[in-house]
Amino acid sequence: MTSADNLQAFKRDGRIVVVGASLAGLRAAEALRDEGFTGSLTMIGDEPGEPYDRPPLSKQVLTGWVPADGTTLPRRRDIDAEWLLGVPADGLDLATNHVRLADGREVPFDRVLISTGVRARPWFVESEAALDGVFVVRTREHAERLRRALAAGPSRVLVIGAGFTGSEIASICRERDIPVTVAELAPAPLVGALGAMIGEIATDMQRAHGVDLRCGVKVTRLEGDAQGHFRRAHFDDGSTVDADVAVVSLGGIRNTEWLRGSGLAAGVRGIACDTGCRALDLNDLITDDVFVAGDVARCPNPVYEYRLISLEHRANAVEQAEVAAHNMVSGQADRRPHLSIPVFWSIQFGVNIKSVGVPTFADEVVVTQGSVSDRRFVAAYGYQGRVTAAVSFNNAKWLDHYRQLIERAAPFPPPCPTPDQPVDMKPVPVDFPGPALLAQGATVVVTGHDPGERRVTAAQQHHR
Amino acid sequence: MTTTETPDTLRRILDHSSRADPYPLYAELRRTPVARQEDGSYVVSTYRELTDLLHDPHLSSDVRHLSRPTPATDEGVTPAFINMDPPEHDRLRRMAMRHFGPPHTPGLVAGLEGDLTSVVSGLIDDFADEEQIDIVDDFAYPFPVTVICHLLGVPREDEPRFHLWVNGIIDAIDYNPETDPKEKLDKGVQARKDLRQYLGGLLEQRHGRPGDDLLTRLANDDGPDGRMTDEEIVSTANLLLIAGHETTVNLITNGMLTLLRHPEVLERLRDRPGLVVPLVEELLRYEPPVHIIPWRAAYSDITVADTVIPKGSQIMLMLASGSRDPNRFHDPDRFDPDRRDNQHLGFGSGIHLCFGGPLARLETQIALTELVRRLDRPGLVSDPPPYRRSPVLRGPLHLPIVQGRS
Amino acid sequence: MTLSQGLQLLVPEMEFGMKVVVDLSRCQGYAQCAFLAPDAFRMHGEEALMYDPNPDDAQRDQVLRAAAACPVQAILVDRLEGRDVPVEASKS
Repeated sequence: MTSADNLQAFKRDGRIVVVGASLAGLRAAEALRDEGFTGSLTMIGDEPGEPYDRPPLSKQVLTGWVPADGTTLPRRRDIDAEWLLGVPADGLDLATNHVRLADGREVPFDRVLISTGVRARPWFVESEAALDGVFVVRTREHAERLRRALAAGPSRVLVIGAGFTGSEIASICRERDIPVTVAELAPAPLVGALGAMIGEIATDMQRAHGVDLRCGVKVTRLEGDAQGHFRRAHFDDGSTVDADVAVVSLGGIRNTEWLRGSGLAAGVRGIACDTGCRALDLNDLITDDVFVAGDVARCPNPVYEYRLISLEHRANAVEQAEVAAHNMVSGQADRRPHLSIPVFWSIQFGVNIKSVGVPTFADEVVVTQGSVSDRRFVAAYGYQGRVTAAVSFNNAKWLDHYRQLIERAAPFPPPCPTPDQPVDMKPVPVDFPGPALLAQGATVVVTGHDPGERRVTAAQQHHR
Repeated sequence: MTTTETPDTLRRILDHSSRADPYPLYAELRRTPVARQEDGSYVVSTYRELTDLLHDPHLSSDVRHLSRPTPATDEGVTPAFINMDPPEHDRLRRMAMRHFGPPHTPGLVAGLEGDLTSVVSGLIDDFADEEQIDIVDDFAYPFPVTVICHLLGVPREDEPRFHLWVNGIIDAIDYNPETDPKEKLDKGVQARKDLRQYLGGLLEQRHGRPGDDLLTRLANDDGPDGRMTDEEIVSTANLLLIAGHETTVNLITNGMLTLLRHPEVLERLRDRPGLVVPLVEELLRYEPPVHIIPWRAAYSDITVADTVIPKGSQIMLMLASGSRDPNRFHDPDRFDPDRRDNQHLGFGSGIHLCFGGPLARLETQIALTELVRRLDRPGLVSDPPPYRRSPVLRGPLHLPIVQGRS
Repeated sequence: MTLSQGLQLLVPEMEFGMKVVVDLSRCQGYAQCAFLAPDAFRMHGEEALMYDPNPDDAQRDQVLRAAAACPVQAILVDRLEGRDVPVEASKS
């Protein structure tokens, strides 16, 4: 599709296949129709049923308020698509432009969007994962099963992994007055995503709500009874905990295995693409007809030194879907980059935790507004003297300001005082577990507000 | 470019002769999004810059952070939370919210729908057969006053007394020492004193008494933040009483005026009452009840639109201008109840977003629906109608209409 | 065919109520929705919102009021127009 004529013909009666019929796939399909694509649209998904929203599964559904099958996504518009659901894609042939399904069917395309997302990482011992009472939470079936287990009034729930999902599940257990133990290999909850300072706050928050939090320990074995029901967990420090429900919250696995042999740069960290969501092949060449969006995409972000970043964030999925859809039906001159600053949220223990930017891209953190002890505050993250992220606890109304600081590569720590700045405001090392992966200061800034006019320009360097 | 080439624009906006249609002047103002005035204050009039400032933690609502305090401040009086910064603002607003909305009292406003409808019906019954009606005096003023009195626990029959004080207070909001007689300021100060004294008297009787009204509940609260002092309760009640009846009157009146100027929309609303929901949002954009936040203070240097506003500066936020900014809203001077993505500034934005917004919405939705349903071929007597003095809380003084004429 | 029959064909699941999603990355916790449709939107603490993604039709007016009032326009309610539901969601 190089000439304008071809583009018009493609928009009129081309064939687009979307592999992965969840949030990103659906929003991309809607955006394609909004952009005037009138050709054939095929949605391929491994789960049966319409696209549904996942965030409520670890929140409203587990509290028992909302049924697991009640989170079907609303539509922004009609998409007039053919749906091939309940069968996963099994292969991609870029020589003939076909998607192969697991049942052997072949679906031809002119352009394809890959939005196959992630699946829950299962417990590493298969026989133990199969015990009655051992759960993961990713799909609505998972959530429904866990909801029923929680409703049955378990004597204790063990949550393995204190990331966002694990912490949310622990919070709901406490809300339902269910005893809960949280086991985390790292020194604190949320520490991998938000660093040691927030990890300490999250620790206090969990303990204040009666969570039996055990950090720095590894679960080595899940033990079942004669009926095959989970009864006890063993830790690497020799201790045990008795529980009848275990929730494995160890993150996700990106669904890229089906692309092995396709020639795309796809692997455990996702599928590499450019800021226009066009997939890269293994030679790092950009493909013309393959696009990527959502949790499975590894997209460079100019604000963060063009690092390839994959995010399991809902907003990211929607924004990438819209950019990918636009670029799928646009000529070279009209292509648009995906330049959003990531936004994330989590609801736990009555607190709205939100983040903007990439907190792991930081060397220091400082509380800039509010009070940590009241759990109402904003903390700014900085790297080499510029603001790169911010996290708020029940203070989300200010985060837009910090997004602008990030976009402008504003100096860190923020120099101007605010009325509710803590008296002892002092940056501390951000202290993430694991290897540091950072290098130099900002080279670019993002300008423009509308998605259509956002561009990268060279940054003026700040002096420390 | 930060200094406006038309230093006169603001003065002309504030002048009463512009009250009926300040919008062309706002457009003039927007040519300089952040305009430094001769007195060193700043006027901000474009959507992006306004929303940036409203979310900027360096923008203060505390008069003490102005390098030159505004003349209209009372020494030694506890301000209401609208004139405070975090964390005090957040604490007092949270404590007041406990008795008005979520999370502690989530069903209050939605639960008022039946009561609001009967107040509206009663008022319309009284003039349904009249040929000439003043929408302000007969309807748009008495309706929200009745509601806020009920919610606060202020006797409705005291209205003639506090109405005078509230008028004096509103008149003094935009007091300008260079052009206005000192008497206007003194009158405002006295009115504030009188109203506070009156509310303090009511509060005294509420301690230790049961009751569902806001004054009683604030007087006897034992929430997680403790109890407000009597001073704080009086300031809060003072704010809610004024805001609760001096803004909704404008919204309802502006709504009726706008509908009468757009008869095709009025007809659609009569046929399809559900239209009132997006229509009121569009009204909040197109003819909002509050046009200006007269002052905020730069707590430290603030950068907005490449302009550095120095610490201590006074900043005037032209909200109604922002909601008409063509860089944000397509065809902004068109009243379009079907408008999508209508993120207007009618209730402000950020932590000071209008406390009573949900109530004002519900009141206006019910008021307009019922007026349109029950009035018989309503028409304007004069256009534009006479306007109230204030450029801040802007709305008609009277809105005479006729009905039943063929 | 009446309009409602037509809608039934186009929208077989309308009988199961409306579909709502809140973009919580936009949400700043203004709680306007929880004021206006308290059965469908609830504040969890001071700022965190939880909502019913599938409220029943009896709540339609309140939910539409809530969606219109959102200061950051984060609430998406299913459009009433036709939707192509994957009725034959199978391995045919």
